[in-house]
Amino acid sequence: MTSAPSIEIRPEFEADEIGKAATGDVARKLSLWERITDMNSVRKLTILVIVLVIWEIYTRWAEVSELIMPRFSSTAEALLDGVFNEQLLIMVWNSLTVLVSGYFIGLLIATLLTTAATMTRFGSDILSTLTAMLNPLPAIALLPLALLWFGLGADAIIFTLLHSVIWPVALNAHVGFMSVSETQRMVGRNYGLRGLIYVAKLLIPAAFPQILMGLKIGWAYAWRTLIAAELVFGGSISDTSEGTSGGLGWFVFANQMDLRIAHVFAGLFTVILVGVLVENVIFNNIENRTVRRWGMQAR
Amino acid sequence: MDAKTDTVAGKKPATGTAKPILEVDGVTLQYKTKEHLITATYRVSFDVYPADRFVLLGPSGCGKSTLLKGIAGYMKPVEGDIRLKGREISEPGPDRVMVFQEFDQLLPWKTVKQNITFALRNGGKTSNAAEANEIAMEYIHKVKLTGFEDTFPHMLSGGMKQRVAIARGMAMEPDVLLMDEPFAALDALTRLQMQKELLQLWEDTHFTVLFVTHSIEEALIVGSRILVLSPHPGQVKAELNAHELNHDNVGSKVFARVQQRIHDMLFADRILEDEILGEELDK
Amino acid sequence: MSKTAIKKTASLPELVVRPEFEVSDLEQAQTGEVAIKLSWVERIWNVDAVRKSVILLSLVVVWQAYTVGFDVEPLMLPSFSASFATLYNALFHGDLIFKIWFSIKVLIIGYSAGLFLAAVLILLATATRFGSDLIAMATAMFNPLPAIALLPLAMLWFGLGTASLVFVLIHSVLWAVALSTHSGFEGVSQTLRMIGRNYGLRGIEYVWKILVPAALPSILAGMKIGWAFAWRTLIGAELVFGASSGSGGLGWYIFESSQNIETDGVFAGLFMVILIGFLVENVVFRNVEVKTVIRWGMQR
Ligand SMILES: Nc1ncnc2c1ncn2[C@@H]1O[C@H](COP(=O)(O)OP(=O)(O)OP(=O)(O)O)[C@@H](O)[C@H]1O
Ligand SMILES: [Mg+2]
Repeated sequence: MTSAPSIEIRPEFEADEIGKAATGDVARKLSLWERITDMNSVRKLTILVIVLVIWEIYTRWAEVSELIMPRFSSTAEALLDGVFNEQLLIMVWNSLTVLVSGYFIGLLIATLLTTAATMTRFGSDILSTLTAMLNPLPAIALLPLALLWFGLGADAIIFTLLHSVIWPVALNAHVGFMSVSETQRMVGRNYGLRGLIYVAKLLIPAAFPQILMGLKIGWAYAWRTLIAAELVFGGSISDTSEGTSGGLGWFVFANQMDLRIAHVFAGLFTVILVGVLVENVIFNNIENRTVRRWGMQAR
Repeated sequence: MDAKTDTVAGKKPATGTAKPILEVDGVTLQYKTKEHLITATYRVSFDVYPADRFVLLGPSGCGKSTLLKGIAGYMKPVEGDIRLKGREISEPGPDRVMVFQEFDQLLPWKTVKQNITFALRNGGKTSNAAEANEIAMEYIHKVKLTGFEDTFPHMLSGGMKQRVAIARGMAMEPDVLLMDEPFAALDALTRLQMQKELLQLWEDTHFTVLFVTHSIEEALIVGSRILVLSPHPGQVKAELNAHELNHDNVGSKVFARVQQRIHDMLFADRILEDEILGEELDK
Repeated sequence: MSKTAIKKTASLPELVVRPEFEVSDLEQAQTGEVAIKLSWVERIWNVDAVRKSVILLSLVVVWQAYTVGFDVEPLMLPSFSASFATLYNALFHGDLIFKIWFSIKVLIIGYSAGLFLAAVLILLATATRFGSDLIAMATAMFNPLPAIALLPLAMLWFGLGTASLVFVLIHSVLWAVALSTHSGFEGVSQTLRMIGRNYGLRGIEYVWKILVPAALPSILAGMKIGWAFAWRTLIGAELVFGASSGSGGLGWYIFESSQNIETDGVFAGLFMVILIGFLVENVVFRNVEVKTVIRWGMQR
């Protein structure tokens, strides 16, 4: 631009009557088809089916050895076989009972630790020192010690599970409490909340995104630790517990030893299924009912 | 002010020889949500000439922001077309820089100065770092933020962030500067300063700006030409001149008369809308 | 208003009108001391590192006193000094350092390969809706699958070697990073996206200059979780079959010690695991966070 243009002066005008009718649909519902293809579940289900079909066709067409990569159909068969003939469901149940007891005892201990930490600065220092040290320590590395102290059995696994749950849960809850904004704290005190009521009605909801994050991470670690423990020491552990058939990890390991790869796949499928159920159904539901509804999504 | 020559929502050619820089022709813009299709503006037409301070004025929800998004190239019109310098707009580009209504429009990972140089260098304004720096500092000075150039956005107040965004928009010297209620979040004093600053900058370079506002007074002071839109879905109600109105004649009779005229225009709609709403509720 | 209401007003307090005033000059000198220094003991005690070192030291003292004082069986719980001596010997006279190096090498290879693949997946996901759906589903499915569960398959496919380890490490990193990066990208505000497009950024450049920095808090969180999973998987995997893969790593050292009932060796190994984990989480990642997202005010 060399010379700045000057304003162009034009006559004014005013529209007399704006036909309301002429505007057509101001808001129209989308067609059924548009809405269906917009639905996440439908699109994802389609993709899942496509992937399974490709898997089946590929393994048949390329004649992949069942020892390397079983077909989808053999995997499905193996899954049914496992469920009806090899106590797969009981094994899942075994794993879950150990997992749940470890998880909830862990939560309890974490709650006590966090409470102590929130009350005094000294407690807070102890907790942060311990978590900084022990959170990066994989629980599975403690399994040799646990076996030494508690012998072969569920107790040893529960001990490692406790370790895998306590630190991430306590760490996140503590950080969550510490970062509740000063304004919110003052509001709570202003309305006369004290002591436990203050914690339950103000601190916990305000720190809930962070707490939930801790619960999720704790679950993820525990789930991984359990499967690993069962893989590593599953045989020996299950031998001792009278007549039961070991856990899900053991199912995978034992079948791999016997080179029944379709069964290994079936076992992995079950692992995925349990994981997806917990993460995408249970935790997502909690999330939808709490933090998402309150519009305070955790990062 | 009796230029009520045309009753159709069309546009009038200018008397002079200048060509419009931006042409909006019968533009309908729609949003598709999960369940609905919502018409935000319906067959809106207007021309913006070089050096215009063109104001879009209308009630909340009438589609002003949507129109700006259409012009910026973020949304495709479902009918009609938008042309910049005769070429149809197909995608966003640095020839139309937008200053948003929202506070989060600065890149939080860049300092005030870097936010501007980032725009200059990526928008193809200059590839020379030193030159970009120089331009950035000049505009930071213009919006009175000297001393804050190395601050990260999260340490600025809302109004300061807005000023950085304005500086960034102006530094780009686009064909048209699109501003969506840029002063709405500022305190009265800063707002007055920024209005004056904008007019002063305009005196310097006569840039073209498309400006959205809620305030009739601001529209008259800042604008040279005002497009009045009807309530949702937005349609053109009138196009008025305001090039003779400015800070100096805010209290004057002429100013008050135009202000009243626009007020009546918008207010009539409000009554009409209430009636329609009442009828619908009765059903 | 009825008469009773008017009557009531009689009992309401009257407005008290007072003269106005304006302070012309604030006297600076008279406000007294604005800030006083704390005593040096208090100041030292206020340093985080000091308090934490004291806690750590007392833990060690308690451990040592307990094991020595109560004559605890060293096979069950060795004293701190014994464990530390074993660690010292293993590091400087044994081959622990090579075992550690072996673990770290595998970890780095697996972690970087996982990050790379995650980046490729994410690029595919941002390019098309189909890609996005596909990856969202794969991630949701594979993320809850513990990488270690794939170890039996990996050994079958890749044999007993580093390749199997790298495979499970990739699995443990890939999904965690892809998941949080993807959701991070989706959370980038509409305004920032429009800003980026406004300057004509598109394709890779748009992803790199707008989406990545804007989603950096999520990406870093994913990388941290990915690291944690990888670290756990590696130690677990080495416990399972470290020896067969030749040199064996840190996990294998722990397992070997426990097999030989050298509990002090187990503790020595655990010390190193803790040390490495601590360094990565509280030094490496913390530093990156302080230099980026915390400085930019995107995270506290
Ligand atoms: N992302 C969106 N999805 C669906 N509908 C939208 C969206 N954004 C705006 N709308 C609808 O489009 C219409 C116009 O919105 P727009 O933001 O353009 O209004 P506006 O004139 O800028 O209002 P304001 O002055 O309050 O900013 C509104 O009725 C609104 O409901
Ligand atoms: Mg708007």
